[in-house]
Amino acid sequence: MALHFELVTPAKLVRSEDVHMVVVPGSEGEFGVLEGHAPFMSTIRDGAVQVYKTEGSAPETIEVRGGFAEVGENGLTVLAEHVEA
Amino acid sequence: MPSLKELKDRIGSVKSTQKITKAKQMVAAAKLRRAQSAAEAARPYQERLAAVMASLAGKVSGDSAPKLLAGTGSDKRNLLVVVNTDKGLCGGLNSNLVKAAKAKAQELLAEGKEVEFYLVGKKGRAPLKREYADKIGKGFDTSTVKTPGFEEADAIAAELIGMFEEGKFDIAHLIYPTFQSALVQNPTVNQLIPVPSPETAEETDAVVEYEPGEEEILEELLPRYVKTQIFGALLEREASEQGASMTAMDNATRNAGDLINKLTIQYNRSRQAAITTELIEIIAGAEAL
Repeated sequence: MALHFELVTPAKLVRSEDVHMVVVPGSEGEFGVLEGHAPFMSTIRDGAVQVYKTEGSAPETIEVRGGFAEVGENGLTVLAEHVEA
Repeated sequence: MPSLKELKDRIGSVKSTQKITKAKQMVAAAKLRRAQSAAEAARPYQERLAAVMASLAGKVSGDSAPKLLAGTGSDKRNLLVVVNTDKGLCGGLNSNLVKAAKAKAQELLAEGKEVEFYLVGKKGRAPLKREYADKIGKGFDTSTVKTPGFEEADAIAAELIGMFEEGKFDIAHLIYPTFQSALVQNPTVNQLIPVPSPETAEETDAVVEYEPGEEEILEELLPRYVKTQIFGALLEREASEQGASMTAMDNATRNAGDLINKLTIQYNRSRQAAITTELIEIIAGAEAL
């Protein structure tokens, strides 16, 4: 059970890995993405993306600014304009 | 026939020129690697964005499409966004870009359309001004920053979109060099605004949900797409500049080497000739006694 998660900025591909769950700050509310999520697209607001490597583990947070998230067959892709390291 | 001293000075000056070109070549080679990897690192973002654009643009069409996608309905006033480098010493790169820009301008003018230039980078300004002095509009100076990045692309895109919304032009074309190798950088002309409708992506059966809505997302996406295009052009320019500079300086270094060899031979010959003449004089003098 793994979700393929990619975080891309104009400067580089920040993340490309298999994780358990990602919580994305959508512009109309946060949403969590697990494996097998229905196709979905949303703009995101500035905030923290929380990445859960495994079930129950502490989330890793990545600050992102401007962009959007897309859930497709091959997982979740977050396109962000800027990522706070 | 130049004197010995003149030849010696000449060799010295060519040698120091060679030193400069060689240093510039090595700097360009090192920078090229960095510029190339930056251009490669930016590619995933562009690809994803283009893919999302394609799937969205197919869904939102007709009257509801945003202006950035649909255009103003006219194609009279054209804006040529020419991306040149800020520094010289890079062979024919800038003159090729200017040539491409002029060709495009000629083509548009021949069709009876209006043309205006928006110049990014320093080097295209003078040659374009010579021919189209009244058509040079605004420009963007990238020489103040070391390596133009996303912020500069952001600023350029914001200005262009602002001009578009004020109705200053109908169509914008982006002219920039595409980096193929250190030897080949081709000027490319792309339509920037309105965003050309991408070829429809293959229809997926999956129903995609959109939040907030398709149009809202597209409206936010389009400026971002323009920005990414400009960012890509800036990166390509960087890589092209370094590539062209490396090749040009390599040639210059080699030419300087050839010239030094030729001058050295000439120098040695005249030195020998001088010695021989002196000897003959001495011998003739001795014999006369």
